[in-house]
Amino acid sequence: MASFTGKVFILGDDIDTDIIIPTEYLALKTIEDMRPYGFYPLRPELPSLIKPGDIIVAGNNFGCGSSREQAPEVIKALGVSCVIAKSFARIFYRNSINNGLLLIENSDIQDKIKEGDELTVNPGQDLVLNGESYKIGSLPENLMDILKEGGLVNAMKKRNGVI
Amino acid sequence: MGATLIEKIIRRNVHDDNVKAGDIVFVKPDRVMIHDIFIPFVADKFHEMGFKKVWDQDKVVIIYDHMVPASQVDDTRHFRRGDEFAKEQGIVHIHRADGICHQLMPELRYATPGDVVFGTDSHTVTYGGVSAFSTGIGYTEMAGILGTGELWIKVPETIRVNVNGRLPDGVTSKDVILTIIGDLTAAGATYKSMEFAGDTFDAMSVSERLTMANMTIEAGAKCGLFYADEKTAEFSGVPCDEEHGCFKDTNDGDYVKVMNYKAEDFVPVAACPSQVDKIRPISELKDIKIDQVFIGSCTNGRLEDLRAAAEILKGRHVAPYVKLIVTPASRSIYNAAVRDGIMKIFNDAGAIIMNPGCGLCCGRAGGILTDGETVVATNNRNFLGRMGTNKVNIYLASPVTAAHSAVAGYVRSV
Repeated sequence: MASFTGKVFILGDDIDTDIIIPTEYLALKTIEDMRPYGFYPLRPELPSLIKPGDIIVAGNNFGCGSSREQAPEVIKALGVSCVIAKSFARIFYRNSINNGLLLIENSDIQDKIKEGDELTVNPGQDLVLNGESYKIGSLPENLMDILKEGGLVNAMKKRNGVI
Repeated sequence: MGATLIEKIIRRNVHDDNVKAGDIVFVKPDRVMIHDIFIPFVADKFHEMGFKKVWDQDKVVIIYDHMVPASQVDDTRHFRRGDEFAKEQGIVHIHRADGICHQLMPELRYATPGDVVFGTDSHTVTYGGVSAFSTGIGYTEMAGILGTGELWIKVPETIRVNVNGRLPDGVTSKDVILTIIGDLTAAGATYKSMEFAGDTFDAMSVSERLTMANMTIEAGAKCGLFYADEKTAEFSGVPCDEEHGCFKDTNDGDYVKVMNYKAEDFVPVAACPSQVDKIRPISELKDIKIDQVFIGSCTNGRLEDLRAAAEILKGRHVAPYVKLIVTPASRSIYNAAVRDGIMKIFNDAGAIIMNPGCGLCCGRAGGILTDGETVVATNNRNFLGRMGTNKVNIYLASPVTAAHSAVAGYVRSV
């Protein structure tokens, strides 16, 4: 996976799936319709500020709560290139990989980074902030394969020869 | 080589005795469950992926429970899509009004000891009560399983919970799991398996264990497992041996954390608004006037739960301003409760008896509340807005506490 650089948005601990996309907007027909309501209860301005390639940095237990897949889908639709958090809730973690959203577990940069900073991500190697390198783990091969295809639906389409 | 219970179950599934926590393996599910909320999405993704036939239609169970009977205009679309998909795929295990998925799966022996089971609902962890590894996944992954018959899993590390001794009178397995979640916090078991052992659990019924396994997701756990014993084997209709997935506790696993409790120390507790890990003894909750009580759900809607509540309500009436809503977890529980005179007691006490299903727990129908109102409920989540507006106060507690509260009109455990 190629390296990329993006502007950082900072969020805290326990960002639940109801914050990422509240239940009342789940009935909207498409993810594009839901996109303007991403993070609505906490930071309603975020959808207008986030530019393609930007990065979210958060604390513990990101994505806790329900099994709704619209949560990673909305984050991806906002153009976010990856979410870096101290830890992720497990159903959200799987749903993200399956929808082609890169997640990185890291607890070293939260104290050193502020909103608006530029961060470079070298997937599987390190994060670079102000010239300083922070090591990150690499995803297991089977997950990288799904991510590279852009998610599980595409990976399965390829498997079944429909693309 | 020592092993935790989750390692034993996964080793059996993948036929590899070297599998350990941290390994990524592809497991072949013994059963999968799809509920009404997500069936249209699963069917759509399955076709979008280019699949034609499910890998094994006998291993697929479809259950309508969250939306039964329909309460919103578009709900019936989910039933239609589910029925179409079942017909197209030759899926015969479909339950349209028989009760909550997490009760039916163990009750109808779709999930038995040693099985690997995935479901589209986060409370799929419940079947750990019969020693199955079961957990929730999203609809895209479910569509992938339906096509391939397998799923990747990272073998979780284990938190071992030992409880020994006899629980005081009036203290239930619900009080035990709420107390443990309070100690762990809502993220304390994220990614991990919880393994319960000790003579307190040996003395518990299968129902009581299902209640506890059901709530392990509220601490973030991937699964919550009980060792299978003769009671489990009888409930699940299997011989009680390792060949049939009933593993003995060897207590020789590599545990990331061990929690030890004495049963005698537990007291009746509630999870207070609006965090499931905000646990307080009922004795400290003074003068909290309530508007409603809900007895039901995949946590506490089983026959024993209804019986415990009925024993308290017998010959009494709920407080005049309280609505008591009773929702049996399944049709067979409903039948048994009628047979045993439990439903008559509820009816005489002024309860509102609902159809088997999720009912009020998912806040779609059957007793939703409004700003400033308070409910004592036996289910598993008190998130903001779960049972009506985001200004409803939800206290999660046992059926015993719920019944006493309904009579008193205040939060009470005696």
